[in-house]
Amino acid sequence: MEFENEEKYMARLIVLGGGVSGHTAATFAAKWLGSSHEVVVVTPNSKWNWIPSNIWVGVGQMTKEEVTFDLAPVYKKAGITYKQAKALGIHPEGNESSDKPYVVIESTEAGSAGKVENIEYDYLINATGPKLNFGATPGLGEGSNLGEYTVSVCTADHADHAAHELQKCIEKMKKGERQKFLIGTGHGMCTCQGAAFEYIFNIEHELNKAGVRDMADIKWISNESFLGDFGVGGLHMKTMGYAVSSKIFAESLFTERGVEWIIGAHVNKVEKGKAHYELLDGTMGVEEFDFSMLIPPFAGVGLKAINKAGEDITATVFAPNGFMKVDANYAAGAYENWKASDWPSTYQNPTYGNMFACGIAFAPPHPISKPMSSPNGTPINPTPPRTGMPSGIMGKTVAHSVCDRILKGENAPLHEASMANMGAACVASAGKGLFNGTAAAMTIYPVVPDFEKYPGTGRDTDYTFGEIGLAGHWIKHILHHLFIWKAKLKAGWTLIPE
Amino acid sequence: MKHEEKNIKAYSQNFTTMTPGPFAKRMRTCVLFQIIRFIVINLKMLVVVSKSH
Ligand SMILES: Cc1cc2nc3c(=O)[nH]c(=O)nc-3n(C[C@H](O)[C@H](O)[C@H](O)COP(=O)(O)OP(=O)(O)OC[C@H]3O[C@@H](n4cnc5c(N)ncnc54)[C@H](O)[C@@H]3O)c2cc1C
Repeated sequence: MEFENEEKYMARLIVLGGGVSGHTAATFAAKWLGSSHEVVVVTPNSKWNWIPSNIWVGVGQMTKEEVTFDLAPVYKKAGITYKQAKALGIHPEGNESSDKPYVVIESTEAGSAGKVENIEYDYLINATGPKLNFGATPGLGEGSNLGEYTVSVCTADHADHAAHELQKCIEKMKKGERQKFLIGTGHGMCTCQGAAFEYIFNIEHELNKAGVRDMADIKWISNESFLGDFGVGGLHMKTMGYAVSSKIFAESLFTERGVEWIIGAHVNKVEKGKAHYELLDGTMGVEEFDFSMLIPPFAGVGLKAINKAGEDITATVFAPNGFMKVDANYAAGAYENWKASDWPSTYQNPTYGNMFACGIAFAPPHPISKPMSSPNGTPINPTPPRTGMPSGIMGKTVAHSVCDRILKGENAPLHEASMANMGAACVASAGKGLFNGTAAAMTIYPVVPDFEKYPGTGRDTDYTFGEIGLAGHWIKHILHHLFIWKAKLKAGWTLIPE
Repeated sequence: MKHEEKNIKAYSQNFTTMTPGPFAKRMRTCVLFQIIRFIVINLKMLVVVSKSH
């Protein structure tokens, strides 16, 4: 930063992406910086979405409106400049006429859609989340657009559509037509198994309520090498004096609810009513369905980076999967060499110190689950999840670092929040209902196992636990209201933890 | 035959898993017990949340 009078200089922080991580970063930054500096949020949607509750939209138990709200009034209240637009590229060195870094954005707002604008920044936080890469599996969709053969719950609109399709199946079952349900992951390199897990059990619950459960065959398909991997290599929970693997609990729940499973599967093609897949042992199979929700693989949103000379430096700033490089060890190599310290803690880009990435947008150093591939060389293993709580904590941490650098000087120490030192609380719904709902309430500490610190399971089993019951459902329901309250910046929002 | 065990299929993929009995299942939706669990789980989660911030 170069400026004559430090006192009067108004720094600008741009946050790309107004999802869980970006919204947390922007709102805290605006609070800490006050009106002397500017916070700009660039995000393509006019509404904020509490994504975890999309599961309930997807089974018709909540409306789209209940899980979303308009961002504009919230940002106005917070004094945040809001650009309804998507970022296209970053110019971290400026251009030939100016040294000032800037981002290129394209408006998505009705009336000005397609208008391209450059905005300069002093600090940039990339919290653009995932590109829902349906196009990676032929038949699952095109690019980031969902195809016609399966449904999705990744956005509120997708979930709304899924609920309608589910209702059609229920009507058919009521008329005596058996239906096959196939839920899981739509590619060998997916993450977010937890969302599919919630959806399959919510469907099972709703079919029971509708009195048609006996007319349904429900099957799980996923890229996990064992049930209960969840992209974190599974977890051990202390129960009855034993440290019990999540595999046992997951298999137990699937059995209890009459759900069969196919695991170690890379779905390689989807057709009308059919999912083709390859298994870890190299065999190929086809599964028929009447209703299918397959989570797409995630990729970075495709931002470009350009240097001062106008050359493309995307490969310097971003990993090949499109996520932004941060202070992680990307050269850890084979899984035997993985260490907890490979995981980033400040989320600062190594090339440009005023750029950070948080939430799903940062490039993880490697998976958490053991990497595997079929004899044909097809990689089939979950990629690491960056769930809500870690994404929120990272957003707040990065905002803290940026605010310190703006307020205290550009050498202020950065704050740290490594997923290898951080826990996560997760509540996975298994059916909605005030007195008959259930959810698996889990905590995992740390998210990334540290086998040096916690030999054996890699986690502290005093703080890693899980149980299923109505209490979990109540917590999930309360969290829905609490997080929407917090995101709307209503009274006491800063007291609600991420 | 115990009905709660009927979903386990001999020689199939789920034969090796554990399965809850009627008591364990009833406790999951027993309101009084779940109120206690609600408090316990919240406290446990708060500890993990505070260790993570
Ligand atoms: C169905 C479902 C259920 C889930 N349930 C849970 C749960 O129960 N618990 C849990 O902890 N986690 C859950 N998750 C995961 C959770 O939603 C993510 O961890 C979290 O949303 C990640 O936050 P993020 O900010 O990185 O990404 P997002 O929340 O996806 O936000 C990214 C934002 O960036 C915007 N964006 C995209 N492209 C651009 C661009 N080019 N320029 C600017 N902005 C852009 C997007 O529009 C979006 O607003 C669930 C996920 C799904 C899909």
